[in-house]
Amino acid sequence: MKILVAVKRVVDHKVNVRVKADETGIETANVKMAINPFCEIAIEQAVRFKEQGSVDEVVLVCIGPKEADVQLRAGLAFGADRAILIRTDEEVQSLDVAKILHKIVQEELPDVVLLGKQAIDTDNNQTGQMLAALTNMPQGTFASNIVFSVPNTVKVTREVDGGLVTLALSLPAVITVDLRLNIPRYASLPNIMKAKRKVITMTSPVSLGVSLSPRLTTLKVESPPVRQAGVKVADVAELVDKLQL
Amino acid sequence: MAILIVADHDNHTLQAATFSVLTAASEIAKHIRDTELHLLIIGDECQSVVAMAQGITGLSKILVSDHQIHQYPLAENIAPLIFSLVQEQGHCNDENRVFDKVEYSHIITSAGTTGKDYQPRVAALLDVAQISDIISVESADTFKRPIYAGKAIATVQSSDAIKVLTVRSSAFTAASLTTELLAIESQVPVVALAAQADSGKSAFIKAELTQSSRPELTTAKIVISGGRGMQNADNFELLYTLADQLNAAVGASRAAVDAGFVANDLQIGQTGKIVAPELYIAVGISGAIQHVAGITGSKVIVAINNDPDAPIFDVADYCLVADLFEVLPELIAVLKVKD
Repeated sequence: MKILVAVKRVVDHKVNVRVKADETGIETANVKMAINPFCEIAIEQAVRFKEQGSVDEVVLVCIGPKEADVQLRAGLAFGADRAILIRTDEEVQSLDVAKILHKIVQEELPDVVLLGKQAIDTDNNQTGQMLAALTNMPQGTFASNIVFSVPNTVKVTREVDGGLVTLALSLPAVITVDLRLNIPRYASLPNIMKAKRKVITMTSPVSLGVSLSPRLTTLKVESPPVRQAGVKVADVAELVDKLQL
Repeated sequence: MAILIVADHDNHTLQAATFSVLTAASEIAKHIRDTELHLLIIGDECQSVVAMAQGITGLSKILVSDHQIHQYPLAENIAPLIFSLVQEQGHCNDENRVFDKVEYSHIITSAGTTGKDYQPRVAALLDVAQISDIISVESADTFKRPIYAGKAIATVQSSDAIKVLTVRSSAFTAASLTTELLAIESQVPVVALAAQADSGKSAFIKAELTQSSRPELTTAKIVISGGRGMQNADNFELLYTLADQLNAAVGASRAAVDAGFVANDLQIGQTGKIVAPELYIAVGISGAIQHVAGITGSKVIVAINNDPDAPIFDVADYCLVADLFEVLPELIAVLKVKD
């Protein structure tokens, strides 16, 4: 069995992002970049399946600038086998990401495509579902548990509003992962060294036959309204009085 | 032209989020000349939902797909249904064999876990973008939405002919429902859609839903949350007691969830639920930026914490610097007397 894991390069979640003064976007110059945390969980899960013996090969795929090879090497150090970098300096919107991944799926023919449920920059939560539509695969979104079963089925427990729901999907399937699926490991030094020798294949949207066609234009990015600090109340009586409970 | 609103329901009643989506749809309609609002109800044995929807003012039509395959909402079945409705740009009323020509400009639903599941799938089938979690309508093609977990607000414009949207329901006030029983002629007309085949690709196995008599976290008017300051799971009983007195929902910070005090479906913040109640009471929560991102839409925020430097006080409207283990019992006692 083969798993394809999509990886996005985003501003590190510990960075306190700032809106650019001209309101055209977020300040990303000299900002630390990292693997999207949800994608990291997807890589971890794929590697765990491999370690358990239920998966033979884990392939990472990333769409981004050439610097994204840093994130792919980090993913390979988790234990993934090889990686594909689709190089572009353009902004790639969810639908185009799904179209590019669709091409990779057609080439690689994975049994499962694992993705993070959303990226922590654009917060779209769309790519996995769109890829499932284009490939006509079933989808298990927001997974907190994944179990392979026979024949050719995967059981996915999803985190939904109000609790958990379990679905059975026929393979091949697209699964997007939620935070509580696992806690990603820290790569060990030997594995980091090993990752340096693993293969990263370079390609581009054009050579895959996808011409990017962004449908959304960002007109403005602004800071949210700032809440002002309020008043101090002395005791419970005053609080109840203010709130008119 | 028409806007297609996909209803949130549990096969018995329409959920509150639908009424917020109706408000968002009405705001879009203001920017389009001659448009109608159509409500799509996909379910199984959902007659009571349809009956409830017939009393909604402003709707021109209700489309119903009442079929066993929709007992649980599966994206693999819902997306082709919506796609065919929109792609054919019309639909057939079985009984009267009347074919309505409709052009849908927008497909809109709430950004709950169900809408987030099928809307991108619908958009990809239509080869259009999807816009997630809109918090305001600027025009028929321009919307505001939070990015970076609400640390920035983006204004985005779509160039697609059909806009596929999900709405952050807490950002829109709920539209009203006509409560009196309407005469048949003033009820919203209902169109039954033809049955469709199951995709055969996915199947519902089981649901483990949290049982609670309290209001749902994302729609409650009052939310009381506990943080690491609660110290243990047993102390959350204090919050439950208070919540029941105020008809409030109970939430928690990530720290409280990670410490195992409460289940993770109570988590509020960047990686949990986003809430925007009339009143938010943060008890023993320091106010990490990830938590604050999930509560900034609240009308009034109250913080109770014994640390006067806690960052939660920077965003709270009313700040009480005190020991929560003294404050909570006192508050419970005061409210009991008022009852």
